[in-house]
Amino acid sequence: MAKLNQTKQIAFLSGNEAIAQGAWEAGLKVAAAYPGTPSTEILETLAAHYKDIDAQWSVNEKVAYEVALGAAIGGVRSLFACKHVGLNVAMDPLMTSSYTGIKGGFVVVVADDPGLHSSQNEQDSRWVAIFSKLPMLEPSSPSEAYEYTKLAYEISETFDTPVMLRSTSRVSHTKEDLETGSRIEPAPVGELTPDIAKYVMVPKNAYAKHILIEERLRKLAAMAEKSKLNRIEMGDKKLGFITSGVSYNYLKESFPNASFLKLGMIYPFCDKKIAQFAKSVKQLVVVEELDPFIATHIKSLGIKITTKHPSFDIGELRPEYMADLVAGKKKKEVPATTRKPVLCRGCPHRFVFNTLRKLKFFVTGDIGCYTLAATPPMATLHTCVCMGAGITLHEGIRRAQPGKKIAGVIGDSTFVAAGITGLINAVYNKVKGIIVILDNSTTAMTGGQHHPATGKTIKEDPTKKLILEDLVKACGVDNVDVVVPYKLDELENLLKKRMDEDALSVIITRSPCRLIEKKYEPAPIYEREKCKACGVCLRIDCPAIHKQPDGTIEIDEFCAGCKLCVAVCPFGALKPHDKAIETK
Amino acid sequence: MTKQLKQNKTQKQSNWNILFAGTGGQGVLTASEVAGYAAVFDGYHVKKSEVHGMAQRGGSVESHLRFGDGVFSPLITKGAVDFLVSFHKDERDRMKDFLKKGGTDLIDALEKAKSSVSDPKFVNTYLLGVLSSYLPITEQSWMKALEKAFGQKRLEENKAVFSQGRARKQQ
Repeated sequence: MAKLNQTKQIAFLSGNEAIAQGAWEAGLKVAAAYPGTPSTEILETLAAHYKDIDAQWSVNEKVAYEVALGAAIGGVRSLFACKHVGLNVAMDPLMTSSYTGIKGGFVVVVADDPGLHSSQNEQDSRWVAIFSKLPMLEPSSPSEAYEYTKLAYEISETFDTPVMLRSTSRVSHTKEDLETGSRIEPAPVGELTPDIAKYVMVPKNAYAKHILIEERLRKLAAMAEKSKLNRIEMGDKKLGFITSGVSYNYLKESFPNASFLKLGMIYPFCDKKIAQFAKSVKQLVVVEELDPFIATHIKSLGIKITTKHPSFDIGELRPEYMADLVAGKKKKEVPATTRKPVLCRGCPHRFVFNTLRKLKFFVTGDIGCYTLAATPPMATLHTCVCMGAGITLHEGIRRAQPGKKIAGVIGDSTFVAAGITGLINAVYNKVKGIIVILDNSTTAMTGGQHHPATGKTIKEDPTKKLILEDLVKACGVDNVDVVVPYKLDELENLLKKRMDEDALSVIITRSPCRLIEKKYEPAPIYEREKCKACGVCLRIDCPAIHKQPDGTIEIDEFCAGCKLCVAVCPFGALKPHDKAIETK
Repeated sequence: MTKQLKQNKTQKQSNWNILFAGTGGQGVLTASEVAGYAAVFDGYHVKKSEVHGMAQRGGSVESHLRFGDGVFSPLITKGAVDFLVSFHKDERDRMKDFLKKGGTDLIDALEKAKSSVSDPKFVNTYLLGVLSSYLPITEQSWMKALEKAFGQKRLEENKAVFSQGRARKQQ
């Protein structure tokens, strides 16, 4: 791995790595996050490369935010990072941290996912800046992400405020060469002295703080007018753009001679600079990804602008869209032809979902790899809303549909992050049914991060391991089973038995993620002459099985030897390899 | 075809656009990473963009690599790809519209790569070798980039496969 933290050198960093480097150089001491694409690598980089930083995977984003805020109140520079939907989880402390302010600089990184590369919605987190009255910076590239992170700490301490840094997938996951510097050693942490008026947000104190927040916004707006973050690049005066983020890059290539007002600080706005720029160009076009955030504000100033057709509010922008976008045309929708992702070869979840499908349960789902079970032909995950909802939607739907065969599924990391309170609620409010905790002992979808039930920290240090079955029992669930999902008959019989009982049951299906424990077994033997081309084995949606034109199959060399296909084949055309281990 | 390729190689252009396309687990991202580092080591301004998350779950994986004097967009505009490096025929068919007129499609090298290497894991390194023969990046930087990506892990084998691809003669 690259050594990132030497003095003055050219590094090749992703936006996320650049944020980590910038924060480290700014004297960062404490960093906390819960994994979430496209933000995960910020904390991974901090933990792996900068030994002097106290980095952690927190249990969820609310917890992470509060830990980082606490560190800032304690007087050190701190950082919180999340994906856009993770910010929703952290909204409660975020809103009031705007009131408390900080002592050490506090940077809140949020990475949006326009185009939904790996997310459940496409929310535009820039609105949170207005809602929370916090300043927000938006870099266009990794090199700007690096610069802006350092600047954000200065702004934070100058204005006594958390500062939001908004990235997107195309900034976080773009790599660029950039020149890095050395670390500013943080000043010694001062005394811990109570400041009740500042940090205890009871009505009287909060009212006084609200007055200060409004004042702070005016001061920040004055700074925005002068800041190099908001840059005018005069070119041809016939066409001027106001833009921010990655859109700036697309425009620079499509309209290299145009004039630009590039906003690096997107809240509060630099109204005077905007008005001045608007006067200096003939046609003014606002180009931004997702919602008309900048456009709505500029319109409110009474400035005439050209905006994109609303069809461009959906999905991410691409460089080839720029000509149509500026011409006010509708987006030409191109049908997606990408290969769909599926559960990995040998994945333990596939056994669970194949069984749930066989039993015809309605399955409330959650956020993780297993969400992939919603896509046909598996199609055995019937809801997915947010972290933890696999348990709570299970309850809600049962209340609407008493007596129906409904099961909720949730991953181990997700359960710890957001499922525990829902489970306690289910016990407390006497709901029946089955919750399956798909325990693959990692946060798999984001690349395999530790969490309390893996027993290791972000730095791979052993720590107290959370025992899920003990926790579930402590929540008040009486029926708790731990099974190996590869034992299909046992799993099926248990699911049937528990569904028929008048109780709430938790079944923990435990087997490590195949990407962590790469124990592969020989592929089964396929006897083509016995194959009736019935297609049953194709319905398990295994990436190692390929349908042939005549309806028979081929098993490729990457087969993990899990033998689910052997179990489902009604004609005995698939047989375990001699050396395969018995799982039934 | 040779003439066309030579034109590409000698053509004066400010930025080079390379699109890597394949599916999860084929080494698409590693290949792009090595090429990115090679360009950085040669002093170019480089941007490389890709989407993470689905790479190990069999979904389509594409990586956009751009280098030159000054690169703005991290994504290559449709119709502006100089070199399309595909790891799967279906993915190549999906992405071929990204090639510019006269751009180079390295799909022919894929079969050659598959038949030339001892382990499917080296297909990406072979393709990189082929790609390298068209790009204005020094061999020294390529070797440095391979070391960066692979450390000591099968480095000599990777270097040998790379050189094999680099020496491949066009028909």
